[in-house]
Amino acid sequence: MRTIPFFLICLVIGGIAFAAALTLGNDYYFFAGYVVLQYVVLSTAWNILGGYCGYVNFGTGAFFALGAYSTVTIYTLIDTNAFPHVVPIPVLMLVGGAVSAVVGLGMGYLTLRLRGAFFAIATLAMAVVLETLVVNWDFVGGSRGAFIIRPETIAPFGSYIRYLFLIMLLLAVASLTIARLIERSRLGYGLATIRDDEFAAEAAGVPTLRLKLIATTISGALMGMAGAPFPYYIGYLQPQPTFALDYAVNAIAMPLIGGTSTWVGPLIGALLLGSLQQIIIVTISSAVNLLLVGALLVAFVILAPNGIVGLAHKYLQHKDDDFVGRRRTGLEAPAPQVESSPTSEAPS
Amino acid sequence: MSELLEVDNLGKRFGGFVALENISLSVAAGERLGLIGPNGSGKSTLVNCICGTLRNEQGSVRFDGRQIDRLPAHRRTHLGLARSFQLPRPFVSMSLIENVRIPLLYTVEARGTRHAAEQIEERCHGLLREVGLEAKARRRPSDLTQVEMRKLELARAVAAEPKLLIADEAMAGLTHSEIEDILALLVRLNEQGVTVILIEHIMSAVMSFSRRLVVLVSGRKIADGQPEDVMRDPEVERAYLGQ
Amino acid sequence: MIFSFDLLSNAIISGILIGGFYAAVTSGLSLSFGILDIVNLAHPAFIILGSYAAYVANSKFGIDPIVAAIIVLPAFYALGAAVYQIYYVAFEKRGQESLRGLAFFFGLLFITEVSLVLYFGVDYRDVSAAYIGPTWHLGDVDLPLRLLTPCLVSLALIACLQLVLTRTFVGRAIMAVAQDQLALRLMAVNPVRIKRIAFAISIATASLAGAFLIIIQPVEPSVGRDYIGRIFAICVLGGMGSLPGTVIAAILIGVIESLTATFYGPSWAPAVSFGFLLLTLAVRPAGLLGR
Repeated sequence: MRTIPFFLICLVIGGIAFAAALTLGNDYYFFAGYVVLQYVVLSTAWNILGGYCGYVNFGTGAFFALGAYSTVTIYTLIDTNAFPHVVPIPVLMLVGGAVSAVVGLGMGYLTLRLRGAFFAIATLAMAVVLETLVVNWDFVGGSRGAFIIRPETIAPFGSYIRYLFLIMLLLAVASLTIARLIERSRLGYGLATIRDDEFAAEAAGVPTLRLKLIATTISGALMGMAGAPFPYYIGYLQPQPTFALDYAVNAIAMPLIGGTSTWVGPLIGALLLGSLQQIIIVTISSAVNLLLVGALLVAFVILAPNGIVGLAHKYLQHKDDDFVGRRRTGLEAPAPQVESSPTSEAPS
Repeated sequence: MSELLEVDNLGKRFGGFVALENISLSVAAGERLGLIGPNGSGKSTLVNCICGTLRNEQGSVRFDGRQIDRLPAHRRTHLGLARSFQLPRPFVSMSLIENVRIPLLYTVEARGTRHAAEQIEERCHGLLREVGLEAKARRRPSDLTQVEMRKLELARAVAAEPKLLIADEAMAGLTHSEIEDILALLVRLNEQGVTVILIEHIMSAVMSFSRRLVVLVSGRKIADGQPEDVMRDPEVERAYLGQ
Repeated sequence: MIFSFDLLSNAIISGILIGGFYAAVTSGLSLSFGILDIVNLAHPAFIILGSYAAYVANSKFGIDPIVAAIIVLPAFYALGAAVYQIYYVAFEKRGQESLRGLAFFFGLLFITEVSLVLYFGVDYRDVSAAYIGPTWHLGDVDLPLRLLTPCLVSLALIACLQLVLTRTFVGRAIMAVAQDQLALRLMAVNPVRIKRIAFAISIATASLAGAFLIIIQPVEPSVGRDYIGRIFAICVLGGMGSLPGTVIAAILIGVIESLTATFYGPSWAPAVSFGFLLLTLAVRPAGLLGR
């Protein structure tokens, strides 16, 4: 299927979901649906770097928060009582996306020359440090948090949450389309060679550092864009919950549970896990909910490394297709030495 | 004939271990060079330094008239330097045809030649046919035997349309007739103008292929010249028979 | 901020003391990440688990936290062995350690933290012992025993570890496992067993490090996260797997954090280790003492 028809079909499905939620006549479904859609974006974005390229980003929360705090910064700078909400949310999303993209690019430039583990550690540590910065930055509310007064209604959508829901729906559809486009493009092939074997990729002429940076930037931008409308959704933005590991763990768990090698996996993972969490938060508690996500993540990576999509393949297809995104096996070579050169390897 | 590859006074160490010491080597365009030496003599390290998988600390590498030893590996591949890995490193999540398509997409296109999709497809099939893997074009590397993986490794290196091909032990474990096939392929490439460096333990293959022979022992070059002369060199005899 | 000599010397001394504690916190990671190349992101979670073990022993039975840590050490060793076994079977053997192995440890970190929250809540917990409170004064310099005791015990722990690694057969085999698995097999030593022992030791150190932590500061389940950037920074800076390097790097980070906290405010301290981590990775990934 070509990209444009795919995009349109996704839009139609999204439109049907929106219409269905409208007929239920309760804005709760939009509040819950917004969160699920937000996770579709975050897990799809994570998967562009993690699933396609094999580099683990633990900083989803930080990239998301960068988007959210970009919005708070603009809101505090520009919006006054006389002109409330002059900056439309799509513009805020572009700004938030740009900020996240630049931070992703910078982080990537410093750490992506090295092994994936170092990138992973750096992203995890970055989340802690960005939180420190925000906590110390009074302009955006510091540790007290920041209020954003959400308008009650917006024409022609009616209640504001419907508008936010639609925006997130569009972003989710756009993310899926981008992910699918990358997957089938020359870039996607290049990313897959990096995931399979970086040395062989370089030898085949793949500019690995550049492709990793492109993937990090796209992935970071989408996460930032997902974060930008969040202050409007939540109304009161606090640093601690915004930077919490919840986003990071969900953004990793959803693709790994769904399956990392195609755009379908993160979508399935986000829809299933996202909806399940909405139910658990309402019926049990949010701590139990996080415990469940962690437990599911560990169970899936141990028992079903290729996720739900991998399991489905196993049932539906013949044997030689049952591996989706299988990795290089064997420990024949000693672990590569860490050297200051971008590509380093123990002598073979 | 002009010099295609010039390695000048190259040195590489790992911690306190000197892997290569003062290696100088020039290879002219169109040559068929055999590189031999006992295990651990530094052959693969030399290949890794030439191709950019490792960085040399000392000396320089020039290729096709430019200094390349600060370029990343993929840039060297774009310039026309291709290698196969001693331990095959296929892209395991891709089919064989996709494996050989990567250099076409990333190296051949980077040089400015754009091919239509059908042409690329045709070329990929041709490459697999040359190494006898066309029947398995849609399979994954995990379905291959070690020997077939070596062939795939070679096909992927050839796919980059190199000026200089370095075949790092492409023939280990192959049967006599398979060795003949690979040798014929290498000779054919050489006749089309590709310079070939063959690193090999199978002496009959090296002797029948090479027009010139270089011997490395303990990170140093101890002989360089006509194969027959080199094999009669007392130092080479000592290195090989003395082990 | 008034700049005075006492303030400076006290900041440096407490930095050194804290650094000694950081060395204990990082020593386990130097074993697992530095030597075995297992990216154990969950290490801080095991340390917090150690803190809570010390807390329970101290508050329920009145046992000294360090003694309590030594008592539960075998349990941590067994836990480490079990975690390694799962990691080996599920990831190392399949060659999937880079993506899914990382996710596994991240999941463990998360599960441990959330379980502690569910059981103990998010309140800060602390312990009581004779050395918590008093401070020795040497001229203008204060030596709080609360910091001095963990620092000294921690240095003793690292000295023991270093002795084990360099003087015993198992220790030498651990050092060799990263270098040359083939040689180990030729000596009829099973590398998997050696790695399991090494990983178990690395988790066992977390029991002591956890006790030190709760002596130094009150602990709640998410405190461990602040240590992720810090201990990986120290491990990388110390040259990955060298215990003397770890001690030097730990003291360096401790002093710089302490100076930052004294002169710019404690909330900036976490940024220090992150800055160091990025800088080290970008400029000198082999670490300070690296080859």
